Amino acid sequence: MSAPKTLYDKIVDEHRILSFDESGGAGERLLLYIDRTVLNEYTSPQAFSGLRVAGRAPWRPSASLGLVDHVNSTNPDRAAGKLDDGARRQIEYLSENGRDFGIEIFDLFDPRQGIEHVVMPELGLVLPGMVIAAGDSHSTTYGAFGVVGFGIGTSDIEHLLATQTLVYRRLRTMRVTVGGRLAPGVTAKDLIMEVIRRIGADGAGGHAVEFAGEAIDALGVEARMTICNMAVECGARVALMAPDAKVVDYIRGCPRAPSEALLARAVAEWAGLRSDPEARFDKEVALSADDIPPMVSWGTSPDQSLAITGSIPDPDVLPADRRADAARAMTYMGLTPNTPLQDIAIDRAFIGSCTNARLSDIRDAARILKGRKVAPGVRAMISPGSSGVRAAAEAEGLDRIFIEAGFEWRRSGCSLCLAMNDDSLAPGERCASSTNRNFEGRQGIGGRTHLMSPAMVAAAAVMGRLADVRSLAAAEIA
Amino acid sequence: MERFIRLSGRVAAMPAANIDTDVIMPKAFLKGIDRSGLAVGLFHDLRFDESGTVRPDFILNRPDMADIRFLLVGPNFGCGSSREHAVWGMLQYGIRGIIGSSYGAIFADNAANNGLLLLSLPPTQIAAMAARLGDGVGEVTVDLEAQRIEMEGHAEAFDIDPAVRRALMLGLDRIGETLTHADRIRSFEQAYLAGKPWLMNERNDERIS
Repeated sequence: MSAPKTLYDKIVDEHRILSFDESGGAGERLLLYIDRTVLNEYTSPQAFSGLRVAGRAPWRPSASLGLVDHVNSTNPDRAAGKLDDGARRQIEYLSENGRDFGIEIFDLFDPRQGIEHVVMPELGLVLPGMVIAAGDSHSTTYGAFGVVGFGIGTSDIEHLLATQTLVYRRLRTMRVTVGGRLAPGVTAKDLIMEVIRRIGADGAGGHAVEFAGEAIDALGVEARMTICNMAVECGARVALMAPDAKVVDYIRGCPRAPSEALLARAVAEWAGLRSDPEARFDKEVALSADDIPPMVSWGTSPDQSLAITGSIPDPDVLPADRRADAARAMTYMGLTPNTPLQDIAIDRAFIGSCTNARLSDIRDAARILKGRKVAPGVRAMISPGSSGVRAAAEAEGLDRIFIEAGFEWRRSGCSLCLAMNDDSLAPGERCASSTNRNFEGRQGIGGRTHLMSPAMVAAAAVMGRLADVRSLAAAEIA
Repeated sequence: MERFIRLSGRVAAMPAANIDTDVIMPKAFLKGIDRSGLAVGLFHDLRFDESGTVRPDFILNRPDMADIRFLLVGPNFGCGSSREHAVWGMLQYGIRGIIGSSYGAIFADNAANNGLLLLSLPPTQIAAMAARLGDGVGEVTVDLEAQRIEMEGHAEAFDIDPAVRRALMLGLDRIGETLTHADRIRSFEQAYLAGKPWLMNERNDERIS
């Protein structure tokens, strides 16, 4: 009998073309086959230019999909959306590269356009056991399907396109076991924010992290994507969950899913996609979902977060090595120690991003907003994760709920998550945001970001300040 | 890519933890389709205020920083976004090496692919180096061949991934190297896809309803 293996090592072994050192363990240098990639308009151009200069062609063009998500406007009228010259050139170059190299492109007017990590799964292009590397750090999202997904830079995009491989170093492994069950009003976003707070922004640095436990099993596939997506904010190079029947049900019926006959064969093989019971992880973390409250970030790193019932920390009581960073973050955020989070007024509210803009996220927020109004003086926006999600939400009438509450019902794109388009915060503006990064300047120079779940953003929008969704809406979240 | 064998030059300390790639290369500089013109974007919002005025208190704006070659940084440097523009900007600004304890993983791969040397040393050693620099600026020599670093009169050895070291010293064409294995890739791919036919991406024109 062979030695017990983790899910991560099983998938890497299946994709190992050759080993450069035959070590087989963590740190092994190997040539890794990549099943698929998705290309966006802002990290792919120099990769294509590299191919052109070297006279190389993509190894397997059908393994790639290109789309526009980072730089486009989310103006409800697509044709009227503002694009600066650089954005326009990037969008045109993506289409040109698609034509010249035989790669399928979803442009701005395609009904399948959307954020890459929302579009790939909803098409059925993300299948258990795959390795998917792409030019965006949130490619860890695909781990919810039992996929080794990870972000790469542009040089590696070029390498992937030219060879369908990456020169890869096998990671160490870490398991995060989450027992219990999330309380009403508490979501996958709160769970991953609590993990990041506990282990730190570098807590999973250089590891492939497998999430397991009954709290994970109880979640839907979209909620699992939220966790794997944001795992990169604690340094996870890969996030993984063993695929189960929910994953198969999600894939079945997607437009690009395998046929039923092929799916039946695949499902039989996918049953083996789990860590062996005796498999050893280099690091183990365990926590209970029962005790996790709704979380809000207060600082400029995703690990600077707190329960919504808490107050801004006093740097003097923090560990010495964190004091200077906390003080700097507080200055940037315009906050003073010991202020209750729920006393902090907001200017903006944003629901969107590859972390939290799928249909279930939009439903969560709509439940809170139904029959309520955005507080005076708050500008609230929602940008559904894809054009498909937007259409599905409209079919359920959710757009009416947002519009009647005072939200702007925008088109799809990365939008205010990183503000590469014309959606951005003005200096000093404070935003309740369902996104993934609260870095300095992330949502606009001088902008101040508080990360939280979509339902918590809805609650903050209604109250005009950071708010506890549980006290606002006991009936809606039960 | 430019080779790195041995280099001496100015080093500046930026000790904050978790300096992310959004800060290293802000979004305003990500709209190109080539790799050029990124030196101006490096740490732009730390170097300049909202009106474009130089922030004199930022370390890279000090008058003795014109010929900076190295940064001494805090933990998890380069975390966040995958943007390789951060590494391109660093090199175009003249920075050839970074000395720290840990790095964002994608940033580290991007650095290796472009000839930017990242040294990973224990946090205590980084703290000692920072203390030795005093006001945050000094001179350093990094000898990649000998795997030695000398800062302010103190020399010490360092470990580095041998594959990264070799690539930095030789300036390799990585894609060309991989393509020497093209036959292995092709035969692997044929067997792999034949065994898992559900992986073939059959294009169709179905639309999401």
